Amino acid sequence: MAILSAKDFKSNQEVRWCPGCGDHAVLAALQRALPKVSQALNYEKERYVVVSGIGCSSRLPYYMDTYGFHSIHGRATVISTGIKVANPWLTVWQVCGDGDALAIGGNHFIHAIRRNIDINILLFNNQIYGLTKGQYSPTSKFGAITKTSPYGTVEHPFNPGSLVLGAKGTFFARSLDIELALNEEIMTAAALHDGTSVVELLTNCVIFNDGAHKELSSPELKADHTIILKDGQRMIFGKDKEKGLVYDGKKLRVVHIGEGGFTEEDILVHDSHSDNIGLQTALADMKGPDYPVALGVIRDVKDITYDDGVRDQVKEVMTKSSIHCVDDLLKSGSVWEVE
Amino acid sequence: MQHKVIETGDVVIRFAGDSGDGMQLTGSLFADMSAIYGNGLSTFPDFPAEIRAPHGTVSGVSGFQVHIGGDDINTPGDFCDLLVAMNPAALKANAKWCKRGAMILIDSDSFDESLLRKAGFQTDDPFTEMKVEDRAIICAPITTLTQESLKDSGMDTKSIRKCKNMFTLGMACFIYSRPMDYIFQYLERKFSKKHPEMIAPNRKVLQDGFNYASNIQAIPNTYYVRPAHPQKGLYRNISGNQAVAWGLLAASEKSGLPLFCGSYPITPATSILEELAIYKSLGVKTLQAEDEIAGICTAIGASFAGNLAVTTTSGPGLSLKSEALGLAAMTELPLVVVDVMRAGPSTGIPTKTEQTDLNQALYGRNGECPIPVIAAHSPSHCFDAAFTAAKIAIEHMTPVILLSEGFLGNGSEPWRIPEMKDYPDINPPYVKGLMVEGRKYNPFERDPQTLVRRWAIPGQKGLEHRVGGLEKNHEGTISSDPLNHEMMVRERRAKVDKIADFLPELEVHGEQSGKLLVVGWGGTMGHISSAIDELVSDGVKLGYAHFDYILPLPRNTREVLAAFDKVLVCELNSGHFAAYLSDAVPGTKIVKYNKIQGQPFMIKELVDAIKKEL
Repeated sequence: MAILSAKDFKSNQEVRWCPGCGDHAVLAALQRALPKVSQALNYEKERYVVVSGIGCSSRLPYYMDTYGFHSIHGRATVISTGIKVANPWLTVWQVCGDGDALAIGGNHFIHAIRRNIDINILLFNNQIYGLTKGQYSPTSKFGAITKTSPYGTVEHPFNPGSLVLGAKGTFFARSLDIELALNEEIMTAAALHDGTSVVELLTNCVIFNDGAHKELSSPELKADHTIILKDGQRMIFGKDKEKGLVYDGKKLRVVHIGEGGFTEEDILVHDSHSDNIGLQTALADMKGPDYPVALGVIRDVKDITYDDGVRDQVKEVMTKSSIHCVDDLLKSGSVWEVE
Repeated sequence: MQHKVIETGDVVIRFAGDSGDGMQLTGSLFADMSAIYGNGLSTFPDFPAEIRAPHGTVSGVSGFQVHIGGDDINTPGDFCDLLVAMNPAALKANAKWCKRGAMILIDSDSFDESLLRKAGFQTDDPFTEMKVEDRAIICAPITTLTQESLKDSGMDTKSIRKCKNMFTLGMACFIYSRPMDYIFQYLERKFSKKHPEMIAPNRKVLQDGFNYASNIQAIPNTYYVRPAHPQKGLYRNISGNQAVAWGLLAASEKSGLPLFCGSYPITPATSILEELAIYKSLGVKTLQAEDEIAGICTAIGASFAGNLAVTTTSGPGLSLKSEALGLAAMTELPLVVVDVMRAGPSTGIPTKTEQTDLNQALYGRNGECPIPVIAAHSPSHCFDAAFTAAKIAIEHMTPVILLSEGFLGNGSEPWRIPEMKDYPDINPPYVKGLMVEGRKYNPFERDPQTLVRRWAIPGQKGLEHRVGGLEKNHEGTISSDPLNHEMMVRERRAKVDKIADFLPELEVHGEQSGKLLVVGWGGTMGHISSAIDELVSDGVKLGYAHFDYILPLPRNTREVLAAFDKVLVCELNSGHFAAYLSDAVPGTKIVKYNKIQGQPFMIKELVDAIKKEL
């Protein structure tokens, strides 16, 4: 098999996102990750299908030189599900925004996760409706002032991680648009995971919600406001790596290493593969100002996938049943002959 | 007393009771048995939406009508020769369906003070109240007799009471000279694995019912219903929903495409999904989706990935699927949408039949969005209709709406089993084999004759392309160019219109020209053709045309209509097809006969309506 490069995944279409939009960086990371996935799993380029709903980020399939389906608002998850069940040999990447996946498509989103269908969902979360020019979304912060909430919203946002883990999702990761290297790594891990992989990408909308993730992305602030979780490594963060996370039996706590009797040995070690969904949920739920926002692969556990289940059942029934063609079917059960 | 055995051409029997009385089973067993005996038949289950409505109330009455006879049984019959009423409510709800000389068989144990009041009777004489006191009324203490029959069976009282329907069925078998072997075999099949102890008691109660009926003197006559003389061959009973499922399986086999069904349960379409879920041995994948939209969208995804994709629903579900139907039309992917129509709007009367989704099927989408619409005309025709819907969808790269009706979906009739070798192949327009070597694949480039685009199923090297809901040009690039948009709109319409070149012409029964052409479509065919037969045998001269293909219409539609002075369109809605026809063939004098009661036509009303137009 020919070795693929990022260039092989670039289509000839002109990329039409606004200059400075976070989506450009995510597209670049995906185009860099797929050659790695192809090498690791021995996948030819023609196995990739990129599916999207409606929204700014949902234009992404046009920019990928793969099979692609730009569908309708909220329904990308079910189009992806149909593709994967019909032909499990294909590897499905789905692109959706926070409005697309969590408002109009919220029902499909949780049910795909519940089924654990083997698709990779890239959830672009810019906390705003961009394509319709600036209305609040289900992830907009409480009180957000937008065109449809001129006095501030009076509703709480969803944390996508809580939804995924609440639906007993098997893979959840979070990152920022600008973290190119981390994104490439996370996307590769998502592809290697069998089951629904959800990658939340906190993206910046320069036009309608600029700076929404500023604390997490600015060079001065991010060390104190984010923590990058890596398997086998201690949960340490801060400008001088002076802070860490401990679990006191009830909840996570931020401690200063060397203070209050806490040494580096007391700090938690990350394990995305353990089935400790309580701790993983607590990590996914962390937010400022008291906690850093967790980035990286938070949960990555094995479970049976829906597409495998469907395929195996068909195989099993095929071996047991005496009906193997439509003529068999038509003559089965109660029939009578007229002479 | 010596029973007189009367030979007759056909009889209609209506079994009615509480929704928990097992009347659907009783009726279908009687029907299956009659089919094997060689009768022609048609059935009509008429049940409430509630699974177990309040005991003894009129709203909870469940009925099953079966019409048995010779070769010419086209409908379940307007009125019945025997009404079985398991309680006063069943009598109240169904007395109006009794013929003048009908027999009424009741379970007299249930005609007590409290149940009479529950059913809303004022007096202790429900027969006079219903004005059926002159019918032959057979009062049998069915509950007591069933208890007596099974007192040594070791069964508990509740289980014994559930066997009342078998006692009743035994009585019906006596009245209509039915051999009970088929029911005995059914009991063996049903119980031999899990409850072999149930076989003997059920046989006993059935036989006791038969013997009781032969011993009492209340039954004036018994009947011998002459069997049909059907064409040689292997037969089975089939319901419309089962036939849809099987027709789709046949299309899957003939096209070489695996079948995928994404659906959400909805009355009266659910049993199609249930049926398909059984036949995994034929490679079917069924997905019970989280909602109607997920049903159609998983199917669209499966179609993109190269399956024969199907979604099954009823009116409210079709409404929810509208936007996605537009996506299927825009991406020009094959898809079969089955709508088993029921009385609407909104939830309407979910278990009752109607043809009120025609306008929705024809027009219910945003933008210019023509989608082929075809209709099934009988339970067994659902097989061919589903096969044809799939063939059109695949060969013309389009979604297709197949309209069925609750009346067809739940109704059943004997069917001469076809052989798959007699069905045509279905040829997907794959780009491989049609494309010139080395040329770029343009996903929306069309075949010049049919205007059908070529299909490149994902997974093939070098054919990577994108589809979607945005308007595109032939190359598959997004385009908002005004002239390109109009061209694509017109091409998609012309592609659908050209399907008519591949469809059979409309046939006219009876007179080929003259004063009056009667027109119908869908599940009303049995009733309309029976009415026409009756009129023709009285010497009336008219023509009758029944439409299976609605969009596009058969090529000769204009010619057929033009040969008559007047066209009477009969349909179970306010006139959807009549309006559509007058738009399609301007200048035709169209008159309408409509019924919107959640019930099929009656032959008599049709005869009267047609006579008025003569």
